[in-house]
Amino acid sequence: MSEIIPIGPYHPLQEEPEFFRLHVEGERVIKMDIEIGYNHRGIEKLAESKSWDQVVFLVERICGICSTSHPAASINAMEDLGGIEAPERAQYIRTIVCELERIHSHLLWLGLAGHFIGYNTVWMWVWKYREIICDILDKMTGNRQSYAMFKVGGVRRDILDEDIPWFLKMLDKFKPALDLFKGAVMDDPVIHARTKGVGVLTTEQAKKYCVVGPTARPSGVAIDVRKDDPYFAYEWLDWDMVVLQEGDVFAKVACRILEMYESMKILEQCFKKMKPGIVDLHVKELPPGEGIGRAEAPRGEVYHYVRSDGSNFPVRYKVRAPSYMNIFSNEVAVLGEQVADAALILAAVDPCYCCTERIIAIDHDTNEEKKLSSSDLLRLSHEKTIRVKKELGIS
Amino acid sequence: MGIKLKALTKSPWVYHLSTGSCNNCDIEILDCLTPRYDLERFGIVLVGSPRHADALLVTGNMTMKCIPRAKEVYEQMPKPGVVIAIGTCALGHGVFDGSYVMPKTVDEVIPVDIYIPGCPPKPEGIIAGVAKLLAMLKQKA
Ligand code: SF4
Repeated sequence: MSEIIPIGPYHPLQEEPEFFRLHVEGERVIKMDIEIGYNHRGIEKLAESKSWDQVVFLVERICGICSTSHPAASINAMEDLGGIEAPERAQYIRTIVCELERIHSHLLWLGLAGHFIGYNTVWMWVWKYREIICDILDKMTGNRQSYAMFKVGGVRRDILDEDIPWFLKMLDKFKPALDLFKGAVMDDPVIHARTKGVGVLTTEQAKKYCVVGPTARPSGVAIDVRKDDPYFAYEWLDWDMVVLQEGDVFAKVACRILEMYESMKILEQCFKKMKPGIVDLHVKELPPGEGIGRAEAPRGEVYHYVRSDGSNFPVRYKVRAPSYMNIFSNEVAVLGEQVADAALILAAVDPCYCCTERIIAIDHDTNEEKKLSSSDLLRLSHEKTIRVKKELGIS
Repeated sequence: MGIKLKALTKSPWVYHLSTGSCNNCDIEILDCLTPRYDLERFGIVLVGSPRHADALLVTGNMTMKCIPRAKEVYEQMPKPGVVIAIGTCALGHGVFDGSYVMPKTVDEVIPVDIYIPGCPPKPEGIIAGVAKLLAMLKQKA
């Protein structure tokens, strides 16, 4: 079994570095404390010193993985403030970028989830196919991440019609890969054994902790901004919200995989329905007032609030990111679970679980603190996979 | 120091230190290790502890909370070791310039050997930077 883990305590699932303290009795987790705030960069305050156009670039850098959801919520808020309606073609382009980002983010998570249970092959394969999506984004926006596509009243770049066949070809190339992942996850007995019934978040708990996105939907909470409060082109398209009932880690994996299929559906429709037209209204000024914007990031609802006094800069800017609600649900999800499963459960909501800090396990009998680094947690998790494989008679 | 530096150029193990980044740089670093770019064929491996590392990859603005931690990580790294600053944030503060939680840039906290600009730099850029660094070290050794 591989002991070398090519990934440090800092890893790309982090929206906000967090610190968890697990209380364990033997192998069981009985309590957990969470502390966040390690990646505080003062963005809300900084936004007050940036012009409206610059704010979009700033919020893009709140989180690299959701680097288009934050601008989406931001321009939604600004357009709400100014009462602006972007042109139709721009709405389709925005939707396309958002959905490509969702696929790339879910793939990223799937790969790392594979890594957590000791399936590094899954990690490598998934990330290999993620490159297709990155290539599409690269050609479309000029960058693999941080696309800088959105602006108030439109988008910065048009999608060239002669490029569309190439995009569709690449998406076709991606489809078999998606089927492959679905098969790999849905049919693998080891993955079933490791994830089914593990880290269950019930519907009541999900509601109580106000979780959003792919943490809430697998627990039977039908909440999705794209359906509840449609923005961009979502209301003109035909797609389904994925809601599952079990609430365990398996449901969270399945939900994300099924969502990628929905995203593919959306993308194909967008490319088909897009009509030629202008993509930018060249908005110069925003009036005084308030505006709110919501967007469905790959991890859940992003909420932005702006207040303007009619000048060039926002007077107040407020951001609420989905992980902020989601990570606290770990408090209940890990209760009674084995330490070996903790890494997976904490990762299942798709935040970072060990960044600046390590996890401290407090043994209740002796009350001594054992420090577990991320490599220890991964080791425990990998060992459990081997155990499960032996029990199932798979080598 | 000659022989030690020479050994460093053979198969540098790297540790990734994020000091308040937006994740993009971090993803691109991991991307370098996955099949398309596959840095491991050059012997470059991402390790889980700075004690095993020959090089630190630093991404992100030094936030106040990270400064003592970054120093600690740097001290844990065996010397000679190199520090590679990746991304505009690590070079200056990039878009976050003027924030109240970032009193210092990365190179004011720990000595930096090579800077790779970009927001985020493409994997090709990161690889090119590392290759240049290796060439430089070979010359010195
Ligand atoms: S340089 Fe850009 S991509 Fe890299 S961490 Fe900073 S904001 Fe993110």
